[in-house]
Amino acid sequence: MSSETLAPPLCLPPRTVSSLQRSRQRMAWLLVAPSLLVLLAIAGLPLLRTFWMSLSDAQLADLSSRQFVGLANYIGDSGVLNDPEWWGAVRNTLWFALMSVGMETVLGLGIALMLNHPSRLKTLLRAAVLVPWAIPTVVSAKMWSWMLHDQFGVINAMLLALGLIGEPLAWTADPDLAFVTIVLVDVWKTTPFMALLILAALQMVPSDCYEAARVDGVPTWSVFLNLTLPLITPAVLVAMIFRTLDALRVFDLIYVMTSNSRTTKSMSVYVREQMIDFQLVGYGSAAATLLFLLIALITLCYMALARRRMEGH
Amino acid sequence: MKRLTWTDALYWLALPLVLLFALFPFVYAIASSFKRGNALFSSDFWPQAWSAANYVAVFAEQPFGQNLLNSVLVAGGVVALSLTVSLLAAYALGRVTFRGRGLLMMTILGVSMFPQVAILSGLFELITWLGLYDSLWALVLSDLIFTLPFTVWVLVTFMRELPKELEEAALMDGAGVLTVIFRIFLPLLWPAVAATSLLAFIAAWNEFLFALTFTLSGEQRTVPVAIALISGASSYELPWGNIMAASVIVTVPLIVLVLIFQRHIVSGLTAGAVKG
Amino acid sequence: MKRSLISVAVLLGVAASAQAASLKISCGAVGQELELCKQAVAQWSKKTGHDVQVVATPNDSNERLALYQQILGSGSDKIDIFQIDVVWPGILANHLVDLKPLARGAEKQHFAGIVSNNTVAGRLVAMPWFTDAGLLYYRKDLLEKYKQPLPKTWEALTASARKIQDGERAAGNDRMWGYVWQGRAYEGLSCDALEWLVSYKGGTIIDNASGKPSINNPQAVKALQTAAGWVGTITPKAVLNYGEEEARGVFQAGNAVFMRNWPYAWALTQKDDSAVRGKVGVMALPKGGADGRNAATLGGWQLAVSKYTRNPQLAAELVLFLTGSEVQKQRAINGAYNPTIGALYRDPAVLQANPFFGELYNTFTSAVGRPSSITGTRYNQVSNQFWNATHDVLSGKSDAASALARLDASLKRLAPAGFGRAQ
Repeated sequence: MSSETLAPPLCLPPRTVSSLQRSRQRMAWLLVAPSLLVLLAIAGLPLLRTFWMSLSDAQLADLSSRQFVGLANYIGDSGVLNDPEWWGAVRNTLWFALMSVGMETVLGLGIALMLNHPSRLKTLLRAAVLVPWAIPTVVSAKMWSWMLHDQFGVINAMLLALGLIGEPLAWTADPDLAFVTIVLVDVWKTTPFMALLILAALQMVPSDCYEAARVDGVPTWSVFLNLTLPLITPAVLVAMIFRTLDALRVFDLIYVMTSNSRTTKSMSVYVREQMIDFQLVGYGSAAATLLFLLIALITLCYMALARRRMEGH
Repeated sequence: MKRLTWTDALYWLALPLVLLFALFPFVYAIASSFKRGNALFSSDFWPQAWSAANYVAVFAEQPFGQNLLNSVLVAGGVVALSLTVSLLAAYALGRVTFRGRGLLMMTILGVSMFPQVAILSGLFELITWLGLYDSLWALVLSDLIFTLPFTVWVLVTFMRELPKELEEAALMDGAGVLTVIFRIFLPLLWPAVAATSLLAFIAAWNEFLFALTFTLSGEQRTVPVAIALISGASSYELPWGNIMAASVIVTVPLIVLVLIFQRHIVSGLTAGAVKG
Repeated sequence: MKRSLISVAVLLGVAASAQAASLKISCGAVGQELELCKQAVAQWSKKTGHDVQVVATPNDSNERLALYQQILGSGSDKIDIFQIDVVWPGILANHLVDLKPLARGAEKQHFAGIVSNNTVAGRLVAMPWFTDAGLLYYRKDLLEKYKQPLPKTWEALTASARKIQDGERAAGNDRMWGYVWQGRAYEGLSCDALEWLVSYKGGTIIDNASGKPSINNPQAVKALQTAAGWVGTITPKAVLNYGEEEARGVFQAGNAVFMRNWPYAWALTQKDDSAVRGKVGVMALPKGGADGRNAATLGGWQLAVSKYTRNPQLAAELVLFLTGSEVQKQRAINGAYNPTIGALYRDPAVLQANPFFGELYNTFTSAVGRPSSITGTRYNQVSNQFWNATHDVLSGKSDAASALARLDASLKRLAPAGFGRAQ
């Protein structure tokens, strides 16, 4: 469980600890300090507060009269872990993260390769690809709900005109379709994030490697598989981590597009519903903490897996 | 040359698809932004009568110019702060081996594992206590929660890939750490720095929940909140035209930014190596 | 250091308030609603010399409630006067000032139902400002064309809608639907479904006298079965994700015979570019069967004073001015906001601007409140469970009888001793 997971297989061999090295380590702490202090100040306190609240029966209407209830919010009879709706939300969220991040990675890689391709249109393409990421989520979610409206939405109108569907589809209402629709909108929205980070990685691959390969007549796909892919993997993995963390906390997209429908409820929607709509700050904090633990667990597994995969190469 | 044409063919085949995929909703937004009233409820793509009234209304009904400026200040401030701070941290975490490094990386990442709504109340109290409520500083500070872990992690990844000979040579010459970071590594890291700043800028630019909760007066609002607060004459009516016009307006500066930054994404390290 | 600065500022603030205080009010969002509020506030400022700032808050009522709770929950004095939804008094009561001693009897001229809705544990926490009620919109031209009478019951509506829908589709308009409403899993569905329940005499989810759930009864089952029968026949399946605007979109484009909506839709259907301009009628929602009753869910907004304000007296005065007869009349004439003062429904100027106010006076006065006072802070939980159960029935995931039995059980778990009792 450490940052080494993403390091190139060969790290600097540990030398004898000299005084030079010790001063270098002191300096390292000094350099990390500003980031750490900022994060502790703005995130540390609120996070601790959430942990603390999760052990009480606090309600939003009157936070001061809360009582310590131990782990009742977690494992009590009406605790989060005994709520089938919570488990439904967990299942939805995991599926969502798996499907959307998977599709985004594949598409993002493809688009990054296109952006890296020499062409006269590349400036246009670069700007165009970033547009979905640039539109505020609150707006794009509304925009998509409107475009996907069954009666006057432009998507149904076009699909009908092309003869691809026989009658208007209820994209966001039909329980079978709503989930897929949300995944697709998320893929549309966040693929640029992946593409741009992968492009940056592609750009940093020294191009003399390509030259050498081309001179040797190595086929393009082989160059990609054996040269490019290993070199950009660390960046792809980091991009995937952040996308996964975001996807596991998905909120506004679902909230705007399908409201509180049980078929698409995510963990964050559940947390917000409990904390804000139902005013159960204690219970909601417990759900938030579980969400945090789950994400941390997934991240650790992911990193362990990523490390093994990379060492295998 | 034959193989090149094969990839070229693939490229030209995929290009229109990608453009359609990325731009269709935006073009639809532009088309809608020129529609008036009931035309919204028709599935026609282009308006039958073009009207710029929505754009006029956006600026007339709220201090939208001020809101744009606020967003630029907040997003710019967030990017500047998080890049400076995280470049320092990234150097330490990426290039120095020291005990506790892995734990530090995880701690920093851990901040990104909480749902935003869970830290909202705590942050609200912190910000009122600091006396920053209803000020842009409140937003700069709170947006660091999601930009900082991201910039640190990405820069660490890229910083690790840089050849260590450069650094050693500079240190031999008696250069300080700051010189190494900002004079030697930064220019090499341009593609990564440009990409991360762009992504962080857009994330801060689009942030909604903090901006809604920590500002109150119309003059301190940022653009996403201003858009969310656009409403029709009555409480249920959705002024779609105005919202679309405002969305088009806020997307344009970002496109300009992309056009500026994209040069940097493709220069940098490769610029030196491409010569052959 | 910082603290002492703050307390000095507080002292200065208090000292200043002795002369001309400054208040912050949240009323409406952008648009006409905000404009009307600003005008009325400006009148008061001019009269009294106090400075009032109008703060824009989100139009989406969920967002707005969350923001209010954030501000009130931290005991902040950033906003003095809040515009609150008719179902929020129970949720926010702890943070609001009791206006009864300050109103000096002014509440008596307002509709009694709304006043009692705004009274939580004997405290009048908000003054009624304007009211709302569910209405049935219909296409006069289509009913005439197919010689259908105005539907008195849901059964009659179903038959008429079916006939006209089939006729219009046969004539080439294959987008025509019989009846559109709000079926999304949100508060709006609770409003629609409560109307079905009450119209079939199936109670109001929670019994107001005992505080016990009353939802599990045959009439309620029948009400939900009727509604579920519409989905896919006279109502598009997508209604399961329709809010007010989606329904209005379909109706206003001329693609629906009937629509359930709030009074706001009236003015919009009469706009120049509306496809149904001049072809629309408004009436009370039908009864559930011949022995049912007409029922409309009560909506609308109130004004409340925050407990954390530095000027409760002054804020209450502004609230009384804004909710008073003079301002409500202006708002009725200029914005078609339904007054909460009965006398205004007989005012010729008001009736001239809004002809249907007179005819539907009874609908507005007898509108049914959602069980928000009795359930207090747990209203949202109750409503959420109710709309989810209803949504399950509408989407065919569950049959009405077992969905309501499950709802009844889970409501009982939420408050074993009944709502409004020892919590």
